[in-house]
Amino acid sequence: MGDVLKKVPVREQDAKVRATNFEEVCLGYNKEEAVEEANRCLTCKNAKCVKGCPVNIDIPGFIKEVKEGNFAEAYKVIGKSSSLPAVCGRVCPQESQCEGQCIRGIKGEAVSIGKLERFVADWAKENGIKPEVAAEKNGHKIAVIGSGPAGLTCAGDLAKLGYDVTIFEALHQPGGVLVYGIPEFRLPKDKVVKEEIENVKSLGVKIETNVIIGKSTTIDELLEKEGFEAVFIGSGAGLPMFMGIPGEVSNGVFSANEYLTRSNLMKAFREDHDTPIKTGKKVAVIGGGNVAMDAARTALRLGAEVHIVYRRSESELPARVEEVHHAKEEGVIFDLLTNPVEILADENGWVKGMKCVRMELGEPDASGRRRPVVIPDSEFILDVDTVIMSLGTSPNPLISSTTIGLDTNKRKCIVADEETGKTTKEAVYAGGDAVTGAATVILAMGAGKAAAKGIDEFIKGKAE
Amino acid sequence: MYKILKAEKLNEVVYLMVVEAPRVAQHCEPGQFIIVKKDDAGERIPLTICDYDREAGTITIVFQPIGASTEKFAAMKEGDAFEDFVGPLGCPSEFVNEDIEELKKEKILFVAGGVGTAPVYPQVKWLHEHGIDADVIVGAKTKDLIILEKEMEAVAGNLYITTDDGSYGRHGMVTKVIEDLVAEGKTYTRCVAIGPMIMMKFCCLTTKKLNIPTIVSMNPIMVDGTGMCGACRVIVGDEVKFACVDGPEFDGHLIDWNLAMQRQQMYKTEEGRALLKLREGDTHHGGCGNCGGDE
Repeated sequence: MGDVLKKVPVREQDAKVRATNFEEVCLGYNKEEAVEEANRCLTCKNAKCVKGCPVNIDIPGFIKEVKEGNFAEAYKVIGKSSSLPAVCGRVCPQESQCEGQCIRGIKGEAVSIGKLERFVADWAKENGIKPEVAAEKNGHKIAVIGSGPAGLTCAGDLAKLGYDVTIFEALHQPGGVLVYGIPEFRLPKDKVVKEEIENVKSLGVKIETNVIIGKSTTIDELLEKEGFEAVFIGSGAGLPMFMGIPGEVSNGVFSANEYLTRSNLMKAFREDHDTPIKTGKKVAVIGGGNVAMDAARTALRLGAEVHIVYRRSESELPARVEEVHHAKEEGVIFDLLTNPVEILADENGWVKGMKCVRMELGEPDASGRRRPVVIPDSEFILDVDTVIMSLGTSPNPLISSTTIGLDTNKRKCIVADEETGKTTKEAVYAGGDAVTGAATVILAMGAGKAAAKGIDEFIKGKAE
Repeated sequence: MYKILKAEKLNEVVYLMVVEAPRVAQHCEPGQFIIVKKDDAGERIPLTICDYDREAGTITIVFQPIGASTEKFAAMKEGDAFEDFVGPLGCPSEFVNEDIEELKKEKILFVAGGVGTAPVYPQVKWLHEHGIDADVIVGAKTKDLIILEKEMEAVAGNLYITTDDGSYGRHGMVTKVIEDLVAEGKTYTRCVAIGPMIMMKFCCLTTKKLNIPTIVSMNPIMVDGTGMCGACRVIVGDEVKFACVDGPEFDGHLIDWNLAMQRQQMYKTEEGRALLKLREGDTHHGGCGNCGGDE
């Protein structure tokens, strides 16, 4: 037995090796390691970790089963609350949610809840265990727009309640941000995402790809002509932001969305796929969030020298500590307190450098973080040939602009009730990034779950 | 899967296909486009809509192979199917939502260059069906490259064909025909020009001089076509626009043409390599000096 105050370490691919491949970084626990880690759980009666989980998984409950080696039972316990455990075990920010609340964490390290969840989900997959299907269909048709975390969760929950659910996906592959946004080395597509989607389909959920709601059809048509009784919008926040600085339309400046979509969804990193990607020799990624880390680590794997350019300091980086740590280990260079002011292009319009200024931290701003202030006369040129903008995303107006009676706020987010997902339009519910603006996979799942409940109540209320 | 019901070669370089895509056919309007992908490893390629049949649930696409992906499309036959076919994308042409009676008072000129004749056709057809006859100039390098002549003749007011080499119709570039028509006493209240970037640029220079407001249809590099990637950025006036959702049609007099053409070059090397690899098959080893090698 190791030190009970510390997590059982999880095996990872060596940093030098993984910086050159797209295989998963974290290798996960084996049975013995999982049981050992599970034994660190104190099985608190009034478990705080459960409250820290946006979908309220019975964490002590599933860990108890792991302790006893009942992995199938553990999978069942998780399955009651989550449709995507293999995903969540990998990409949830556990440190600020379940693990952030863990009593073990007061005196030592929190129980590694995320890695345990991942172990259970992977074990279930390897042993061919599927989620339980609803006993009886109730015949009510529900449409779900978007097959990302919010949509898949909402669809899965509704199917479990007996609804006849169809998901409409705009892209050619289901999964939303799990497929186009998060890279292979963090979330394997065939091994994990595809399997989770198959699990949702095994509940009876149908998925129609290549349907852009607002273009290929509209919400009103789904309700009036196609016989759907309610609609859930989980269309995410897919619109990229740019800085608005000179030179931004030069060749070699990409949104992180474009760069990641080419690599993840279109598999441009693979020789046997047709979509091209510009690898670049020296790449600057602007921004400090998880998406910036993903873009940086992707560019690194494609063979570039990569700089993260962020205007605040390390402690303000919005990315998860684990992601920053991994990026550094792999060799990403962090240019902190640095802000781009202009992108310089050569005579053919290609990026040849980026003019930046140095920053220092001043008084706290509205967000409570210290505001970065430009240091006078600190201009310098960063020698790069590719720039990736990772400044955040906002919801796509395609749906809101084509649906009468669906209100949005000034950030173009759909207005929806947090408890039920109810929007300003009858029979239309929404959740996830489309409502909150860019957030996390698990928050979107929480919203999808809440909306499934809201829709169920709405349909039952109609019948009465 | 989206079945190809008809595949036809219009000339040496241009292909026409009728594809089964009921949702797209039900909702598309002139001016919009689709994205098509052949198979799992394929690239998402934006193509213009040449015609649609709402009842049959079909879309007609016309394309000219310019890279490895479109070359693969060209090899597909009747009965084959595209794995993915999505749309309609972009906004309909502005006249679709304008007052018909007001439109009838206008005199509209369409200028189509080469394969750009395809997206012009549904616009002229739509107007014709709404009782408006527009004049159409169709231009190509040489006689064999003129497409859809009969179809266009049936819906256009006056149809003016021109070839660069004078092998058919008038002799000269489309810009010369615009100038000639105006000199002959014609007046136009608006112009829609669709074709290669360079042709649209020069059309705009001409119509600007003649004071004819001009709409063009941009066909930049894009990935998703729904506003997600931003690859299709174009500068219109002082603003950065996404051609996929804000366009593809814009005020041609406000487009930054040099920038648009420069962005078109973005993946030229990669595309060139892929095309050579496809054409040369197993004999392709790179390093021939044509494509920069395969490193």
